[in-house]
Amino acid sequence: MNVESKLGLDAFKLDEESHIHIKQGICKRDCKEKYCLFVCPAHLYSVNKESGDICVEFEGCLECGTCRIACRYGALEWEYPRGGFGVQFRFG
Amino acid sequence: MGDCTDKMDVIVVGAGLAGLSTAYFLADAGLDVLVVERGDFPGSKNVTGGRIYLNPVRDLFPDLWEQAPLERHVTRERLTMMARESATTVELQSERFNRQPYHSYTILRAKFDRWFADRVAEKGAFLISKNKVDDLVLEGGRVAGIVADGDEIHADVVVAADGILSLMAEKAGLREKQQPRHFAVSMKEVIELPRQTIEDRFNLEGDQGLAQLFFGELTQGMMGGGFLYTNLESISLGLVVGVESLMERDPLQEVHPLMEAFKERPEIRVLLEGGEVVEYSAHVITEGGIHAMPKLFSDGMLVVGDAAGLGLNMLITVRGMEYALASGAMAAQAIQRAKEKGDFSASTLAYYEELLKDSFVLKDMHTFRHALNILENPRLFNLYPQVVCDLFEKLMWIDSGAKEGLFSTVFGEVRSKLLSFSVLRDVLSFCKM
Repeated sequence: MNVESKLGLDAFKLDEESHIHIKQGICKRDCKEKYCLFVCPAHLYSVNKESGDICVEFEGCLECGTCRIACRYGALEWEYPRGGFGVQFRFG
Repeated sequence: MGDCTDKMDVIVVGAGLAGLSTAYFLADAGLDVLVVERGDFPGSKNVTGGRIYLNPVRDLFPDLWEQAPLERHVTRERLTMMARESATTVELQSERFNRQPYHSYTILRAKFDRWFADRVAEKGAFLISKNKVDDLVLEGGRVAGIVADGDEIHADVVVAADGILSLMAEKAGLREKQQPRHFAVSMKEVIELPRQTIEDRFNLEGDQGLAQLFFGELTQGMMGGGFLYTNLESISLGLVVGVESLMERDPLQEVHPLMEAFKERPEIRVLLEGGEVVEYSAHVITEGGIHAMPKLFSDGMLVVGDAAGLGLNMLITVRGMEYALASGAMAAQAIQRAKEKGDFSASTLAYYEELLKDSFVLKDMHTFRHALNILENPRLFNLYPQVVCDLFEKLMWIDSGAKEGLFSTVFGEVRSKLLSFSVLRDVLSFCKM
């Protein structure tokens, strides 16, 4: 079972705006490793091939906080989604 | 949130176990308490492995446990060391664990926290869901309230019960940026199976339950492990890996395939047969123990539960929910005292830390202060599980020819694989656990 289908099982309430903001300048200037691509258990981070920007599909965020801790460069402005939005666990 | 201009006695940020516990006792004592929860309902943002140990918190809530929507009481404990192609399991089946009042239960937090929140509301606390606290109101360096949805609400004390990432503790300047070394990421699936299948498959009678921890090959040498808990009608299966271990992997690899590889292990596959995955969750958990704790109080603020870093990986047991409940109770006690004195400054609220120090909470954190150093040892996750499994396999295997004596088999394995200074050092370090 791939991670996309697993996320399909969860209940999400989608907000229009992302709760994760990426400071692309820091990613491009300081970060070689791109830890965010590897540590996210929901596989939400990717690199845009044309612009080289880091993208995040925030809609599937499990709000685990791993990227927030793993980003050594302070490139992620990570807040929780607005009240009533984001993942809503039915089992937890 | 409307024009809520009245000042509260206490605002609790987060309706998890620690926050609800704080509110439970404060409301019971007649204080005006507001609990603000960002999820749709209390429990909707909460995940655990999980199991809860009741003895440390049973007497704190004498009326609670009888009706609580817990899952199964654990009577079987398994510890599994995984090697590449084999696994060795130690199992405890204990009648002591099967006697009431039960020692430990498996638990699903969306269910439990929602129910617990209703008990807290019955005590007279106000609970508001679907509202995120965006900021703290700071007045001359002291925490004086919260900002939610653009509105300021003032209180004598704000309790940060907003989980392990505690943005509140961060905003209040009670801790530095969190270090990868101090955390692990845990992935979990809830897999539904019929009640009878679970009982047959795990040899359980009625509501008895099983808890199983795994370490070894499943994390490919990285700090971490796996867990399996039987709920009434589902299994909670998960895998945990140290965040720094993941970041030091060469070459870097994604974390989520580890969970699938774990599920495909023959030992696990048979246990999940016919099951349906119904939820996938993930969260960071603390591995840093006492070294990853923030400052616990300031003028007008206390930090409880996961937000306070109160969690422990003791290798063979993983703890957290009892600390959350107990720390909430102690925070409530300290706040009541501050209320009596009419003084909510740090020096009065410091009583909270004294209470924690005198209790099992900080005593455990102190006893297991070396846990992280021990757990960071990669041999724990590759060499030792492999040696144990290889040895056991050799002892049990009958080849076509003559069998080597048992002692010389053991001695041979130990001599070839375990006679080194690093192993000796490890043995000495394990003594600190």
